[in-house]
Amino acid sequence: MIGIIDYGMGNLHSVKNALDALGFANEFVSDPKQLDKYEKLVLPGVGAFGDCMENLHRSGLYEAVDRQVRQKKKPLLGICLGMQALFETSEEKGFHQGFGFLQGDIRKMEAEGYRIPHIGWNELVKNGNHPLLDQLPDHAYMYYVHSYYAQNYREEDLLGYSIYGPLKIPGIVCHDNVLGCQFHPEKCGEDGLKILRYFGKEFV
Amino acid sequence: MLTKRIIPCLDVRDGKVVKGINFVGIKEVGDPVTLARQYYEQGADELVFLDITATHEHRDTMVHVVEQVAKEIYIPFTVGGGIRTIEDIRRILRAGADKISLNSAAVRNPQLIAEGAKQFGNQCMVLAVDGRMRPDGTGWNVVINGGRIDTGLDALEWIEKGVGLGAGEILLTSMDTDGCKQGYDLAFCKAVRNRVNVPVIASGGCGALKHFYDVFEQEAADAALAASLFHYGEMTVGQVKEYLKEKGIPVRL
Repeated sequence: MIGIIDYGMGNLHSVKNALDALGFANEFVSDPKQLDKYEKLVLPGVGAFGDCMENLHRSGLYEAVDRQVRQKKKPLLGICLGMQALFETSEEKGFHQGFGFLQGDIRKMEAEGYRIPHIGWNELVKNGNHPLLDQLPDHAYMYYVHSYYAQNYREEDLLGYSIYGPLKIPGIVCHDNVLGCQFHPEKCGEDGLKILRYFGKEFV
Repeated sequence: MLTKRIIPCLDVRDGKVVKGINFVGIKEVGDPVTLARQYYEQGADELVFLDITATHEHRDTMVHVVEQVAKEIYIPFTVGGGIRTIEDIRRILRAGADKISLNSAAVRNPQLIAEGAKQFGNQCMVLAVDGRMRPDGTGWNVVINGGRIDTGLDALEWIEKGVGLGAGEILLTSMDTDGCKQGYDLAFCKAVRNRVNVPVIASGGCGALKHFYDVFEQEAADAALAASLFHYGEMTVGQVKEYLKEKGIPVRL
């Protein structure tokens, strides 16, 4: 059973719809005490970083998720803002601490002559070797919609990126039992579903 | 490389997709869920649903349509029309939409953009603007209520203000070219694109493959929206993208 963490941020139903379509048992979970019963966790997220972390702390989910991931080594997939929350800090509207499962921080995207937010389908360039990458075609496109991106990450954690003008945008990141996608795999057509299928079936 | 987007637009009234010609002679063209699925399979980059339901009683129908569509397609979609409050925005997003578009309601209450952006993020707030060239040709005015009311607001100023309040994208419809099938309003699109740094979706006037090419080649838009062309089967989304690729425009195929 996959638990989709509901902390009042984001479009949870789309993740659920996609997992349902792929045949993975899943449900929403908002009670921190219930996290034990799930084999895998998904952290979705839309909105602002600060609100996201505040909601996680206020609900008690922060400590619960942290324990599941660090101590119980439970597989976690962070999506969009949920992916950004996996990093150490963010400078979105102030300065905020994330989970720190991944090394790196979230910075504002700035590129002369390029529109921000970065919205639309961008080609995903594979980086390194990872079983997930074997399941994706060489020229997959993923749908991005964001104004902040991960920087100062460990090169070995980067599985895929997209190029936007002068910027190299981390698209898929992975470290041990933690996987993150800057784009929404549940909104990236058949190739996006392949990532969710990999997470549900094979990841860790 | 970021690709240019092709976006079919579906006008929905009381749960059915309809198409009007110059806002009269509205007729039904199909079921929104079936059409959405069809466009998804053709390779549409995203979809826009515009709720033109006349009465308040039928508003819940749209939420139901959104729920159904979200189960059928795995690409982003925007819902607009009749959204007036934060609660409306929340309901539509919770039902599975990725973005909401605000038009007349934002003109009447600009704070709605700011509130929506604060709660749900700039990325899901699309500012839809219908504009018409002023009679003296000095610029474009914002028109609301489906083209019936000229607000007297300068479109470029309004758009700049909207982006400042938190709109993450502009859906720009030219009332001068809409329905004419002579091409997008390139001058208007470019003026907006030069004024603000968020993506611009061009809408109104597309009648031929070449029009998609023109709007991208001239760097007038980041995405192009069309309705009747696709509804009446004049061309498929796939054909448009094949054509653009051949002409050297980056598209997702």
